[in-house]
Amino acid sequence: MLSPDDARLLERLHGDLPLTERPFADVAAEFGWTEEYVIGRLSALLESGMLTRFGPLFQIERAGGLFVLAAMSVPEERYEAVTAQVNAHPEIAHNYRRAHALNMWFVLGTETPAQCAAAIERIEAETGLPVLAFPKEREFFVELKLPLTSGEAHGA
Amino acid sequence: MALDDFDRQLIAATQGGLPLVPRPYDAVGERLGVSGLQVRERLAQLLETGLVRRIGAVPNHYRLGFTANGMSVWDVDDTQVDILGERIGQLPGVSHCYRRPRRLPDWPYNLFAMLHGRSRAEVEQQAVQLQELLGTACRGHDILYSTAILKKTGLRLKES
Repeated sequence: MLSPDDARLLERLHGDLPLTERPFADVAAEFGWTEEYVIGRLSALLESGMLTRFGPLFQIERAGGLFVLAAMSVPEERYEAVTAQVNAHPEIAHNYRRAHALNMWFVLGTETPAQCAAAIERIEAETGLPVLAFPKEREFFVELKLPLTSGEAHGA
Repeated sequence: MALDDFDRQLIAATQGGLPLVPRPYDAVGERLGVSGLQVRERLAQLLETGLVRRIGAVPNHYRLGFTANGMSVWDVDDTQVDILGERIGQLPGVSHCYRRPRRLPDWPYNLFAMLHGRSRAEVEQQAVQLQELLGTACRGHDILYSTAILKKTGLRLKES
């Protein structure tokens, strides 16, 4: 679990790292901490896997690129092998196993629709399995702030 | 907006993360042969245009205790899905919410809402809220729980 300091730090750094010469020092000053402490905590959180990344989050659609959700129904006995085949493509940004007949759900991030279609074709050819693509037709909301510093049930 | 060469280099240099050093933007600039100030100014512009959504921590929901992650999917009347989608997006606990194409006959669902909770019970509770909101416009739904993260690297553009 997160320490109270870590929870405060993550809530603060969800998405607003200052664009200043020494951003970690500026964040540290807000809490009365040192720059070394902030950098040390972030490094530790990355190392322990609490964070998957720290840095800019790009929204490639704004440059003409796209993210496309896609799903496959993978036979259990081939699941591990197909996971390796799918994940080997650099276009795969996320991949989740889900409890459903469609048991593999991944997101492709590419600069053009053609690159996305080509990646899907390659995956189908390599695995011999059909890929169902679910391109977004409309986005209603994106972003989640987890209530890290409260013990309250999320969404309650 | 179109990406220029500098943007492409900037994305390639930072998509794996910012260096955790006292002057992270200077460190990125050094790699690209520009000043830290140029890096910061360009990032500010990219934030403004939305190409950079945010600069900060990307949490691992599982490791932070939000172990229940349900992709709730709903078959919603086409004439009402856009209005209802907007309202669902405002519910707490809903992160991503999208309208997507159906894939009949296997997949009748056209509205996707990601739900996150500390337990499946919490996610189910959120789903009940969604169901109440959708009312008779909804003909059926399902919740697909994730049982493993197979990959989570985010965007990876090639440096070209």
